[in-house]
Amino acid sequence: MSLVILSAALWAAQTAVAVAMCLCAWRMARGPRAQDRVLALDAMYVCAMLQLLAFGVRTGNTLYFEAALVIGVLGFIATVTLAKFLMRGEVIE
Amino acid sequence: MSVDLSALPVWAAIAGSVFLVLGAGLTLIGALGLARLPSFYTRLHAPTLATSWGAGGMVTGSMIIFTAAAARPVLHEILIGIFITTTTPITLMMLGRAAVYRDRSEGDARVPPALGVQEREDVQLAMPPTSEPEKT
Repeated sequence: MSLVILSAALWAAQTAVAVAMCLCAWRMARGPRAQDRVLALDAMYVCAMLQLLAFGVRTGNTLYFEAALVIGVLGFIATVTLAKFLMRGEVIE
Repeated sequence: MSVDLSALPVWAAIAGSVFLVLGAGLTLIGALGLARLPSFYTRLHAPTLATSWGAGGMVTGSMIIFTAAAARPVLHEILIGIFITTTTPITLMMLGRAAVYRDRSEGDARVPPALGVQEREDVQLAMPPTSEPEKT
């Protein structure tokens, strides 16, 4: 019983996050400006992290949380670096 | 560490599922806003749904499920929640400031001028046009 409930909820959650990733990809391809693309990339990083979190619950393995944490850290660094690049035109001054 | 999910009690499955679906639904609404809202400064607000209660709901759901399945507190998912809620304001503030700087340096009249130059007479604050000009 609990497995049925859990797998249905995980199916719904993973589908919703996948659709959210598609919308972010559409915004990243569409633009219209560079900051929109960076914002869409940041949202896509968060969606990828949540997707991995849901996958970790589905497999019942806590190994995937470390990977999700690494994706979160990389997304933060990538967005900060790209915002700095948009402002200055260079990353390391 | 792996847990057996078939030994999960029903109450934990229901509670965890509610939080998982809540988090994923809020993420979807945030991405919908990112795709649909008209200008960059409004779009900047939409993904915060995913990073506040979207991530929070999914982390809470997985904490409930793993705690009930492993029969001991499994709390290390909360690291993800703390990290995401701490870093998102920083990234979005930097991105918004970079966008304001870029718009100002291009002389975009829809962006308010920087502090100290409000007295300039050559800066005209116009009403925003309905459609965004095409720029790259």
